[in-house]
Formats: sequence, C-alpha cells, structure tokens
Amino acid sequence: MLLSFVDRRAALVLAVLGAAWLGGTGEAGAYTIYVSNEKDNTISVLDSDKLEVVATWKVGRRPRGITLSLDGKWLYVCASDDNRVDVVDTATGKVVRNLRSGPDPELFILHPKGNPLYIANEDDNMVTVVDVETNRLIAEVPVGVEPEGMGISPDGAILVNTSETTNMAHFIDTTSHEIFANVLVDARPRIAEFSPDGKRLWVSSEVGGTVSVIDPDSRTILKKIGFSIPGIAKEAIQPVGVRLTKDGKKAFVALGPANRVAVVNAETMEVEKYLLVGQRVWQLAFTPDEKLLISTNGVSNDVSIIDVEAEKVLKSVRVGGYPWGVVVGPK
Amino acid sequence: MVLLHSRQSLRVCRPFFPLLLSIIVAIAGASLPALAQTPQPAEIRIALITRQQPLPPLYEFDPVPEDEGIAGGRLAVRDNNTTGQFTGHRYALEEETLEEGQDAVAAARSLVARGVGFLAVNLPADEILAIADALKSENVVLFNVRATDDRLRGADCRSNVFHVVPNRAMLTDALAQFLAFKRWRRLFLVVGPQPGDKLYAEAVKRSARKFGLVVAAEKPWEFGPLARAKADSPTTAGALTFTQNLDYDIAVVADEAGDFGDYLAYRTWDPRLVVGTQGLTATTWHPTFEVWGAAQAQTRFRRTADRLMRPLDYQVWMAVRAIGEAVTQTKAADPGAVGQFIRSAEFGLPAYKGVSLSFRPWDQQLRQPLLLVQPRFLVSVAPEQGFLHQRTPLDTLGFDQPETACKLQ
Repeated sequence: MLLSFVDRRAALVLAVLGAAWLGGTGEAGAYTIYVSNEKDNTISVLDSDKLEVVATWKVGRRPRGITLSLDGKWLYVCASDDNRVDVVDTATGKVVRNLRSGPDPELFILHPKGNPLYIANEDDNMVTVVDVETNRLIAEVPVGVEPEGMGISPDGAILVNTSETTNMAHFIDTTSHEIFANVLVDARPRIAEFSPDGKRLWVSSEVGGTVSVIDPDSRTILKKIGFSIPGIAKEAIQPVGVRLTKDGKKAFVALGPANRVAVVNAETMEVEKYLLVGQRVWQLAFTPDEKLLISTNGVSNDVSIIDVEAEKVLKSVRVGGYPWGVVVGPK
Repeated sequence: MVLLHSRQSLRVCRPFFPLLLSIIVAIAGASLPALAQTPQPAEIRIALITRQQPLPPLYEFDPVPEDEGIAGGRLAVRDNNTTGQFTGHRYALEEETLEEGQDAVAAARSLVARGVGFLAVNLPADEILAIADALKSENVVLFNVRATDDRLRGADCRSNVFHVVPNRAMLTDALAQFLAFKRWRRLFLVVGPQPGDKLYAEAVKRSARKFGLVVAAEKPWEFGPLARAKADSPTTAGALTFTQNLDYDIAVVADEAGDFGDYLAYRTWDPRLVVGTQGLTATTWHPTFEVWGAAQAQTRFRRTADRLMRPLDYQVWMAVRAIGEAVTQTKAADPGAVGQFIRSAEFGLPAYKGVSLSFRPWDQQLRQPLLLVQPRFLVSVAPEQGFLHQRTPLDTLGFDQPETACKLQ
C-alpha cells in the first residue's frame, strides 16, 4: 500500500515535470493564462510552466467574459457592472481603454479575423456588435431573454447566441446581423461552441443538464448528451463550459456543482470519463498547444489544470474570488 | 403609404419624413423575427386577479407596494414575449384588481368569457376554491400565487389549480431542516391569535416531528400587536417576563400578519434567536439572493418596476413563466393542453434556483428550493445538505406522495 502510494506520487511528480518540460519546449515557450475573478474585480495571470499566479491586475466591476486579440496584445474583459468592455494591455496589465458594450456585458466572442467583437448583453436581451479598433457600434441584434453563450463558425459567417431564459440557440447572419433561425434546447443554455471544422455546434444547458449537439446546416439536434455520476444528484449536474480539441476527437464539458469535467468522445458523442476538479466549475480553456486544459472553479476560488492527453488533473491553483472566465495566450 | 403620395403632399410631409421613416423601420425591425417565423402569432391571454388591500391602520415603514405581484407578472409577460417573437406567440396580461366586497367568482367568470385561458389568483384560499369550482367545466388553468394553506394541497386540492407559492408545511420543513442541521433541537413555540398563526404552529409541530426536533414549550401571545405599536405600553412588562423560566434552544414565532414577531427578538429572557414568521424566515425570494442568475432577474425587475422584487412578485413571475415555458415546449396555446404538459414529468421551469422546478403530480404543488433569510441577508437554501430523497431532495420539503391527502379530480 505504502509503496504504491509513493509510486503514484512519483508518477504524478513526473507527469507534472513532464508537462512542464513539454510546455517549456513548445514553440511559443510557456503560455500566459488569464482568469477573470467575478467577485474581486481582478484578473489573475498564471504562467503555464510554473502553474502559479504571477500577477493580479485590477479591472472594472464584475469581470466575467474574457478573450484575447489574435496577437495576444490586448485582453478584452466584460466589466458587467460597469456596462463596458475593458481593454487591458497584456504587456503592462493596465486597462488602457474601454469599448462600448451595451448594458451588462456577460460573454463575448471575437470574429475569427480578430474584429469585430460580438457581446451578449445579459440584462438587455441584445447582442451588441462592436468594432474593437474604432469602438464603433456596428449593430445591435435583439435576441431572447438573458443572452449569454456566444459561438462563431470558423469561417465567421454564423454567430450563435444562446439565451438563458428563452432556452434557444439563435443563429445570426454576421453580414446582415439578423437572426435567421432558432433552435430550442434544454433549460438555461450557457455556452455555444462550434467544432473546429464548423460541422457541429455544441450547446450546453445548465438547468436541463444536457449538451445538445446541433447540425448547423439543418439546425436539427443530432444528439442530446446526458451525464450521470454515481453519488451525485442529477440536479447537481449542470453543464456550462464546452471545449473541443482541434482534431475534433475530444470534448470537455464543465459540470458546475457536480465538480467534474466530463471527457466526451466527440465523434460518438459518448461520455468516457469524469475528472474531479474544484467546486462549481464553469469555464474551460486550452493552452494553444492543447496540452493543458484550465477550468475555473467558482466556489473553491481556484483553477484546475488538466493534462489533456492523459485526461488527468495535475494541479489546482488558487486565484481570486469567484473565478469566472479563462483564456490562454502566448507569453 | 407616404411614398405613394403626390409630390406636394410629400413636400408637406418632409419635416416629418425622417421621423416617419424611422418609425416604419422600427416597426418593421421589431416584427421581423416574428414575420420570418410565423406570420400570425397565437395569443395567450393571462389574467392576474388581485384584491385591493386596505391601507394599514398604523404607520408602516415598509408598506406593501400597490403593484406587488402585478409587477412580477408584467416582467414575466415581457420575458415570455421576448421568446414569443421567435416562436410566434404573443402573451397578454390582464390586471384585474377587485374592489372591497367585489365578487371574485363573477370577475373570474367575466375574464374567462372575454377569452382569458389562464388565471393567476392572488386571493385567499376560500376565494381560490370558489373560483376553481365555478370554472370546473371551463377550459381554463388556475395558478395559486398567494395562499399557503396546507388544505389546498390536501383535502381541498383541485385538479384545475397549480400552486406556485409554497405551502406552510414546505416553509416550516425548510426551517426545521436548518434547525436540525444546526442541532438546535428544543423549540419554544409562540403562537399568535389569528387562524393563520394556529395553522402555522400546526405546521411547525409537524415539521418538528418529521426532522427530530422537540417542542419544549408552547405559549399563546396575548400582548397584542406590540411590533406595530409606536411606543411601549403597560403590557410590555408581561411580554418581557413571557419568556422566563423556559428551557429551549430557539424561539419559533407564528405571526403571519407581522403583529408581534419582530418584538420578540432581543426581548427574550435568555439570549435566544427567533425564527419562524419573523427573524429567520423561509421564503421564495429575497433582495440579497443573487446566485444562479438571480442577479439578472433582480436588476431586470428593479429597472422595470423601480423597486426591489418581493416574494409575491416572484411567485406571479413563476406562474406566468410556467405558462410561457409550456407553450414554447408544446407549441400549443390551448389552456387544456398547456395544463396537461405542466402536470407531466417533461415539464421543467428554470427559475433562478439552480435546479429545474416541476409540479408534484399528486397535489400540483411546485417543488422548489426555499431561501432562509434574515431581513438583510440570505442565510441558507433548503433543502439542506444531507437531506436525501429517492426522487429528488426537493421532495423533502412539504407533502410527499405517501402522506398526501389530496385526491385530484
């Protein structure tokens, strides 16, 4: 027993070292991980080699959605209670300007070309389209009640917004800025995520407890993925964050108060494994090399670092109060 | 129309033309999604029946707002209509406020005659029953948003009534679970003079038995509405010694009207907390409740109603949203079909409580987590951790299937 325990520890240490080594030899070196902390109005900055917080930056009130410019120079943060998007210079950690966002911006997505930014205004039943260079309001698209999830097809043609209380995925044409289709999903849809080839759309339903995999062409639901964890009440399984690997083979789904991240075979759409992480896990982000997956755990105030290949949790790192969103950029 | 006018009339119109154009664009823009889906939206007509409340006899620092409940209904109809523009449904809320002495049954009948298919009833138990029985053969579904009476979920249950407001047994079970969790087991029950107070006290005793608590002492309150009095009166002396020589962990007050419960805290002989209808209370909504997306509902409500959302607002909101949810899911606007779906296992209402809410098939009571609050803070959410149930932990609150006295017909 003792031996095997020591062995396991040694293996874990090796795995951590290995991951660090692999990360260290990657093209871009170590990556920088940014985590928005909803309750203390800060961004925690982590180094993907050291796997520790290297800086904490002050931003606007109630930071939630977070993303990076394509070159990694600018960090965009939804400052929900200040009704604006903060633009942070990643070299200095200072908020250098704000973008018009409409009221209560919660989550957003950048066009694959890096501009514009599509923002879900949770309090206002609106999706706001903003030019990140000129800060010009390009369009406002009326959507359902409490818009949140934002996904964009890899070619940038289709924007999908989910509305939490209307329980729909709204398909928006990014040229005309008009809704051209709506798909009803299970209760409280939180995240919309296109597969890298654009042929599947994954929508998580937090209260419904499912992930709907939708064919974006026919707008039909191909499968509703359910989850079941022994010893965990069905009500506690609340899917939120969804991420798919670039090869389209694996999906990771954060399950909220079930404190698990599900590993799903993206081809068969079957759940293969559950990884135990921190409490109330919401958002997920890969490192660009897809070796690591980071989860924000709101109640335990930490992030879990997951080894994608081994499907194992390597470490938890304490961050700020109520970590909400996460994005990874180059160092 | 304007564009077809003659050159002259166009010139006359010119100053207004940009305005007109923008109105046309706005109308077209607003109706575009609906037009793209279904040309003629189906109308779902919901009424909220309320009775004008008499003004309080004494000065009240936190008076009941005139639009209590109604404001929640207005918000829910707006929420429903935002969804409805994509599904081809239009919801309307009729606000029927009865004068003192006006017959509730006649008002309900006239609403139904005018095409209303859903009634949210903000009236006491007897009037709900009278309306339910009068409309028994009509194609109409009723929602009880106010009456906490256990009998409406028991011997007096009706198949055309859904209860969104929790009953007394649910409220006291929530408190009892919290007390059991804290191991504050010995209760001192203080019972007010009103009929509702006695029913609340009965519910407390039932919950105590259910969760292993002991009613160590019980006394009626005989000193009048001291919490409403502006100054101390001679009866205060008796009230001060009222809690002497008793052995208990916590005082449980049964005072639904709020006449004396607030007086009791800090005036007990021993340093003891007060729970029940005052002090720590079980409720459906509270201004400091913000998890599970509740913060969004709070700000949305505050912006439209210009005040904080109250439990009754939330209860009416839930009733109207339940209708919207069922219409969206079934694509049916017929009250009978909607009622049938709401009753079924497929129905689920997301209502900012972290879980999907549904109606118990045996008494049509909405199963829901309850908030345990003190006036300015959320203390806990019931069901408490560790109270398990084979179906859902929510069924640890209130009447479970084996104990129900309801025979739905």
